[in-house]
Amino acid sequence: MSNWLPDRINNRLLNVVLLRKCGNLNKQSMKLTLKIWRQAGPESKGKMVTYPVDGIDGDMSFLEMMDILNEGLINNGEVPVEFDHDCREGICGSCNMMINGQPHGPQRLTTTCQLHMRKFNDGDSITIEPWRAAAFPVIKDLIVDRTAFDRIQQAGAYVSVNTSGNTQDANAIPIEKAKADEAFHSATCIGCGACVAACKNASAMLFTSAKISQFALLPQGEVEASDRVQNMVRQMDLEGFGNCTNTGACMIECPKGIKLENIARMNSEYLKAEIAG
Amino acid sequence: MSVLDSKVPHGPLADKWTEHKNHINLVNPANKRNIDVIVVGTGLAGSSAAATLAELGYNVKTFCYNDSPRRAHSIAAQGGINAAKNYQGDGDSNFRLFYDTIKGGDYRSREANVHRLAEVSGNIIDQCVAQGVPFAREYGGLLDNRSFGGVLVSRTFYAAGQTGQQLLLGAYSALNRQINRGKIQPFNRHEMLDLVLVDGKARGIIARDLVTGEIERHGAHAVVIASGGYGNVFFLSTNAMGSNVMAAWRAHRRGAYFANPCFTQIHPTCIPVSGEHQSKLTLMSESLRNDGRIWIPAKLEDAEAIRAGKKSGVDLAEEDRDYFLERRYPAFGNLVPRDVASRAAKERCDAGYGVNKTGEAVYLDFAASFLRYGKIEALTSGHKDANEAEIVALGKKVIEKKYGNLFDMYRNIADENPYEVPMKIYPAVHYTMGGLWVDYNLQTTIPGCFAAGEANFSDHGANRLGASALMQGLADGYFVLPYTIGDYLADEIRTGAISTETAEFDAAEKVTRERIEKLMNGSGTHSVDYYHKKLGLIMWNKCGMSRNATDLQSAMDEIAALRADFWKNVRVPGTTDTKNQELEKAGRVADFLELGELFAKDALTRNESCGGHFREEYQTPDGEAMRDDENFAFVSAWEYNENPREAKLHKEDLMFENVELVTRSYK
Repeated sequence: MSNWLPDRINNRLLNVVLLRKCGNLNKQSMKLTLKIWRQAGPESKGKMVTYPVDGIDGDMSFLEMMDILNEGLINNGEVPVEFDHDCREGICGSCNMMINGQPHGPQRLTTTCQLHMRKFNDGDSITIEPWRAAAFPVIKDLIVDRTAFDRIQQAGAYVSVNTSGNTQDANAIPIEKAKADEAFHSATCIGCGACVAACKNASAMLFTSAKISQFALLPQGEVEASDRVQNMVRQMDLEGFGNCTNTGACMIECPKGIKLENIARMNSEYLKAEIAG
Repeated sequence: MSVLDSKVPHGPLADKWTEHKNHINLVNPANKRNIDVIVVGTGLAGSSAAATLAELGYNVKTFCYNDSPRRAHSIAAQGGINAAKNYQGDGDSNFRLFYDTIKGGDYRSREANVHRLAEVSGNIIDQCVAQGVPFAREYGGLLDNRSFGGVLVSRTFYAAGQTGQQLLLGAYSALNRQINRGKIQPFNRHEMLDLVLVDGKARGIIARDLVTGEIERHGAHAVVIASGGYGNVFFLSTNAMGSNVMAAWRAHRRGAYFANPCFTQIHPTCIPVSGEHQSKLTLMSESLRNDGRIWIPAKLEDAEAIRAGKKSGVDLAEEDRDYFLERRYPAFGNLVPRDVASRAAKERCDAGYGVNKTGEAVYLDFAASFLRYGKIEALTSGHKDANEAEIVALGKKVIEKKYGNLFDMYRNIADENPYEVPMKIYPAVHYTMGGLWVDYNLQTTIPGCFAAGEANFSDHGANRLGASALMQGLADGYFVLPYTIGDYLADEIRTGAISTETAEFDAAEKVTRERIEKLMNGSGTHSVDYYHKKLGLIMWNKCGMSRNATDLQSAMDEIAALRADFWKNVRVPGTTDTKNQELEKAGRVADFLELGELFAKDALTRNESCGGHFREEYQTPDGEAMRDDENFAFVSAWEYNENPREAKLHKEDLMFENVELVTRSYK
């Protein structure tokens, strides 16, 4: 365990290790108790509701377990639990469950849809909540409104180049492989919002900085770097996200392993832009 | 039977597109500001089209069912995007890319469209790099390439196993730039429920706000359908859970012909089904076939022992393994096209050689590549006397760099470490070549209604080659549709704003509301998923990798009966005035229940085997597909009938003036 990490995070890492170690117990037909946040609409008051589920197989994904719960609710004439999900391959960034207090659950570098029930044990009780942040208001049950992320991107996350078909040849500017790889890594953010949910300040700096870094690392992004960082940071603040206090929880919980260095790079880009005016 | 006019320009193949662009009508910039365009779908085709149309000056509204345009399922494409750049100097050219794509599609696509695709392929890469898409690079700083199935050159550009993600985020950034300028109004968490026609022209859509349940009217001078494919008619596919045919099908119901519905791609390398709970299937990129070798045990008793858990694949000696693709197709080996690879895997598994519990899996093995790459790595890094274990370890690192995210995904889902034991894979529904019929301008049979990307039928014939879908989506959206649509819109400059307070919009909204009411008022016997799974099973068993007349006929009957039962007995809980995912699903499954029957009808009508459409009655003695060019070198374009088996067939004859129709051989 890393010394510099807060205890909360170290405990989580420990959990992951423990979960891995007791991996192969009875994982054929597990009984679980789910405690799920139910909220009928944006203006309604929500509450935790307890549901038992049975016959859960270790090979099921977490969302397939939710499908079984919902099929049961529908057959009982109840209203199923609504949650965002789409690709179920860990890439679209739709799914967003706070599972036992951790964004996307106990397994590191994993989205909710890629979390499998073999990580849980027969008899477990699992708490499932939506992302909690002022900038991500609840729409229904586990679904939150993440359009604030879109607006941050709209403020400047692009290169202003039209699709004329007359841009220069793709190989005209060689880019150092290490830099290209780093830009790619920053660009793999899926915009799920786990970073915000993990942060005690509900800061969106990991998300915002990942995009700023991608462009800052590439020659194509340099031209507008100054405006970009200023506009995106301004929008981020307008949306009501908190500030970064370097706890590093965002990086630990990020399903794509987006690094804290991105935030450092954003801060330095911002400083540069401010000094340059 | 009418003959469809594809509006392919005259002149030599290589000049058609340039000539066409030189002669189509343009709209002057001042007039563009008065013209509205609706784009349904925000994947590669939709986002790139919307961004480019807005750049040109049109007012654009985009619609997507996700909470953000960035989540469209293009994001999940893994392997890469083709372009005839010839950066590798291996003899690639526009003509070769054109030829490979026509041949790969088993000569069931339109020459002129495919050549245009090849012509603009290079521009796509230039454009994406200019936008800051971080493609993989070599140490010299130039772009790297890999190979895909069905071709003999290296023309695929990629970004690890996440090419679709990077390209979509590139298009999303272009979209965002226009949203920020106020040129695009995004309608996220919205679904198109109907197309509105006024005087025979597409003039807008009826949409539902999926959060409030509100039914909305949106008028426009043209509507672009870029809503993706219909693979989810099979229930289990590599598509996203929400991927659906609704927008395209509603256009079809309003008069747009639906082309070649039976041309569906079953992708050979997916993670096998693990149990009844399965909600979707996950692809393992075709790029893995660059480095992985596909095999099954040569002896039945070994396969049985493996299935019973008494043996593992790694225990088998080299001579006890059957690398069946390399054996049957020595010229292309593991890189035969997808339809060929899928059928070969099914044939071996049906013969009893499958290697997992269900008997429906073959191995994809990287052991040879660990050694091959490890040796190079050892030599170039100065470890000239490395032992085998060290070489393998170095080789694994190389593979991790190339496909790390795919290996992680496999380990997560299958609970096995693919660096230690071979992957198990099996074919799964992946892509649909069929879709809305469009002419050379990407216009459907409804004036003013256009279709782009996977939603149209145009470029892939009966089988799509790897890394061609991303190419087509972006070609349509960035470089084709924004210009061809101008030819239509040039006549609209005097039309003025489209009012939604008309009898046509009233009628369309009424139909939409009645349909929703009907879905809500089923007897409540079965859930939506119950019907969707039943439909999927019929499709997979009778309209899947191999088809015959008897099964197709019974599939049509079963689907019709299931559809009737669905409308009577489906249970949709909740209300219509809030977020209601079951209601969303119900609307989509209702359309699949019509499409499925047309799909079977199309497959039954096509008495030949071509590409992904394999009819058991039409095969050579050694089990290869037997095409019938004399009678079936046409596009089937179906005119809607609410009883899909009564749908009317229209044909577009395919003319081949630049390639010779030959038996597609990869031997």
